[in-house]
Amino acid sequence: MEIIMSILAGVLFTAGVYNLLQKQMLRIIIGTALISHGAHLFILTMGELKTGAPPILDYDIENYTDPLPQALILTSIVISFGVTSLLLVLAYRASKENGTDNMEKLRGNEND
Amino acid sequence: MSNLAALPIVIPLIAGVLAALFHKKLKIVRVYAQILTLINTGVVAYILFYVHQNGSVVLESGDWVAPFGIVLVADMLSMTLVLTTNIVAIACIFYAPKSLSQKQEEFYFYTFYFLLISGVSGAFITGDLFNLFVFFEVLLMASYGLIVLGGEKVQLRESMKYVLINLFSSMLFVTTIAFLYSVVGTVNMAQIAERVGEVEQTGILTTIGILLFFVFGTKAALFPLYYWLPRPYIAPNPVISALFGALLTKVGIYSLLRVFSLIFVYERDVTHEFFIWIAALTLIFGSIGALSTNNIKLVVAYNIIPAVGFMLMGIGLYNSTGFSGTVYYLVHDMIIKAALFLLVGAVAYLAGTSDLRKIRGLIHHYPLLGWMFFISAFVLAGIPPFSGFVGKLVLLQGAMEADKIIIAIIGLGSSLLILLSVMRIFVRGFWGEKDESITPNRNAARGFIMPIAFLLFFSVLLGVGAEWFYPSIESIGDYLMNPENYIESILKE
Repeated sequence: MEIIMSILAGVLFTAGVYNLLQKQMLRIIIGTALISHGAHLFILTMGELKTGAPPILDYDIENYTDPLPQALILTSIVISFGVTSLLLVLAYRASKENGTDNMEKLRGNEND
Repeated sequence: MSNLAALPIVIPLIAGVLAALFHKKLKIVRVYAQILTLINTGVVAYILFYVHQNGSVVLESGDWVAPFGIVLVADMLSMTLVLTTNIVAIACIFYAPKSLSQKQEEFYFYTFYFLLISGVSGAFITGDLFNLFVFFEVLLMASYGLIVLGGEKVQLRESMKYVLINLFSSMLFVTTIAFLYSVVGTVNMAQIAERVGEVEQTGILTTIGILLFFVFGTKAALFPLYYWLPRPYIAPNPVISALFGALLTKVGIYSLLRVFSLIFVYERDVTHEFFIWIAALTLIFGSIGALSTNNIKLVVAYNIIPAVGFMLMGIGLYNSTGFSGTVYYLVHDMIIKAALFLLVGAVAYLAGTSDLRKIRGLIHHYPLLGWMFFISAFVLAGIPPFSGFVGKLVLLQGAMEADKIIIAIIGLGSSLLILLSVMRIFVRGFWGEKDESITPNRNAARGFIMPIAFLLFFSVLLGVGAEWFYPSIESIGDYLMNPENYIESILKE
C-alpha cells in the first residue's frame, strides 16, 4: 500500500513540476496545488498506513494509525489552501495590471 | 516562568490583529504600533537577560512533555536574534509614516508588519521542525501581503515570482520533513538530533540533510538559488525592503545554523565541506552582482547575497570560532542591511530616482545623510572599528583554525568588491558637483535620518564595544559546538 501511495505522490509531483514550468499563470498555480497535494500524501504515507485502524492511542487498542502525520497534514493543507487562494487573487491582479498572463513577458527591466 | 518563551510571538500577533480593527485611523495606529514595538523589545530584552542568568527557557505547550508536544526554546542564540529583529523593527516602524503613502498605511501595513515580526520570532524560537515550517509560512504570508502593498504594476509582477519560489521551497520542506519523519519517527529537533546521533547518520540521513540545505538555501539565497532575490526585494516600499532584507534571508541562515550544528553533524566531509564551496561561490557571484547594476536599490539588494555567503562559511568551518563569527555576522548584518535599505530608500525619495547615473552631488544638499551612507558603506565592507570588521575577523580566524586558506582569501577579495559597489554610490551619487535642479526637502530628510542613525548607533556600538559583546557571542559558539546541552535542556533525561 505504501509503495502505491509513494508512486501516486511521485506522479502528482511530476505533473505539478510539469505545470510549474509552463508560461501561463493559471497552469503554474495548478502545478503548485498538485505539488502540495503530493507532499501531503507523502507525509501521510510516511507514518505508515494501517487500513481500518483509528488514529487514537488508547490503553486497550493495539492496532492504531500514527496520529502525528494527520495532525501535520491538517496544518499543511490549511496553509496550502490559504496560499493557493492568495496566489489566484494575485495572478488575477497581476495579469490585469500587466495586461498579460504569460510569465515570459513579465520579466523586469533596469530601473523600474 | 517558562511562558516567557511564547511572549515574543504572542505580543506581536495580538498587536497585529488589534491593529486591523482601527487601520484607517492613521494617527492612532501609528502611535499604537510604535508603543507596542517598544514594549515588545523591552520584553524580549528582559527574556534575553533572564536566559543569560538562568539558562534556556523551554515552554512545553499544553504540558505535553518534550518529545510529544510542541516546544518553544528560548536559548541565547534565538533570543539574541529576536532582540536584533526587534531593534530593526523599531527603526522601521518610526521610518514607516514618512515613507509609506497614506493608501499603503491604510491597507493594513501595521497588521502585516506585526505578523511578520511574530513569524520571524517564532521561527527563531521554535524547537520543532514542523513548527519551523509553520512559522516560515506565517512570516511568508505576512511578506506576501507586504510585497504587494500598494498594488503597483512592478510589485505585482515581481511578487508572483517571489510567492512561487517560496511556495515551491515550502512544499519541498514539507516533503523533507516527511522523509525525516519516516526515518527517525519524530519532528522534535532535540529528539531528531539524539536519534541521528544514535545511528551515526547513515547515507539516507545525509541525503535528507542536503535536501534541507536546499530548502533553507532557497530561503537564504545561497549560490545557485539566489536568482529570485534581488528584484522582488526592491519592488515594495523601502521600509518593507528593509524588513525583508534584514529578516527573511536571516531566518534561512538561522535554520541552517541550527540544523547543521545540532542534527546533521556526523558526515562533515560531505555536508560541511560542500558548504564551504557554496559559500565561496555565493561570495563571488553576489559581489559581482552588486557591481553589475546602476540601480542603487538593486546594489543593496545584491549585497545581501555575499553577506549570506559569509555566514554559511562560518557554518561550514564547524568550529567554535566559526559559529561565533556566524552569529556575530548575523546580528551585524541584520542591522546594517536594514540601515542601508532605509538609506537608499531615502536617497531615492529625495533624488526622485534610483538610477545612479541621474543622481549627483547629493551631499551638498544633505550632508548628514551623505556621511551616514559613508559610515554604513564602511560597516558593510568591514573597515575597522565598525561591526563588520569584527564579524569578518572572527570568521577569518575560524577559517585559519580550520586550515581553509582559500575561503579566507575569497572572503577578503569579495569584501573589496562589496566596498567598491557601495563606494560607487557614494562617489557618484553624493560626491561631485552640486545638482541645482534639486530643491532640498530638509523636513523629509530629517524624518529619515533619525531611524537610520538609531541603527547605525547599534552598528558602531557592536564594533567599538566588541569587547563587551564578544564573550557572550563566543559562549553561543561553544554552545552550538556541544549539541548535548540543547538536547538535555529539552529532553531532560
